Amino acid sequence: MVGFALAFYWAPEDADQGFSQKIFYLHVPIALTAYACFGWGAWKALRLLWIGERRYDLESYTAIHMGVIFGLLTLVTGSIWAKVSWGVWWSWGERQLVLFLILFLFYSSYFMLRFSTEPGPRRERNSAVYALFGVVLIPVSFLAVRIAGTILHPTIFTHEGADLPGEMLAAFCVCLAGMLSLAGALYLVELSGKRIDASLRELKELLA
Amino acid sequence: MTTSEKYVTAAYLVLLGALLVYLLIIALKVGRLEEELADLTRAAREKLGG
Repeated sequence: MVGFALAFYWAPEDADQGFSQKIFYLHVPIALTAYACFGWGAWKALRLLWIGERRYDLESYTAIHMGVIFGLLTLVTGSIWAKVSWGVWWSWGERQLVLFLILFLFYSSYFMLRFSTEPGPRRERNSAVYALFGVVLIPVSFLAVRIAGTILHPTIFTHEGADLPGEMLAAFCVCLAGMLSLAGALYLVELSGKRIDASLRELKELLA
Repeated sequence: MTTSEKYVTAAYLVLLGALLVYLLIIALKVGRLEEELADLTRAAREKLGG
């Protein structure tokens, strides 16, 4: 909320895009949060394969679940921004958009793979391996547009730093911190819900 | 309201709407867990003869 207030009332209006650039403070933090969730899910998957503790499976699954929600929000808010800036809802010629869509569809299929196998170590292992494969797409999606160049999609963060005035960058950082905190809070709520669900199922079996 | 303002409002409303839907889902889930817990407590009492 503080971040959005800064974005609207403190950060200057963009000279090129005008008021529509305010979507940047929403869309980019959501997209980076989606990447963070997928990365966190992959890290937990790696921990599962490495250490073998079963709790990492639920943690990885929850993180990917959050990543897919934030990924969907990225696509929706990005489409709205595209419509107001470029006049189209989607552009197939933009590598960053297409790669993000591939990443989103890849992690959406994670659920199909997960629920097509019986619960147990096999499902946990398969899901973990799939989550780890997906993480390769994150740097590809993030860097492809920087390496290959782009026609429409702006690249704000380059290896030379952020191409933004100080106020805009500060407002963006606050928005990003807020979005990451929101995702963290939702992750913890979702995780404890899933843990309670699992414990109740176990208790039900014991009492049956 | 200009076209830009309409689109920016729509984008921010998407986040707000998603959060409200998420809260609703969580509320329904908590209600379901509460019911399940009550059923299990009843079953445990019956089993223990309490």
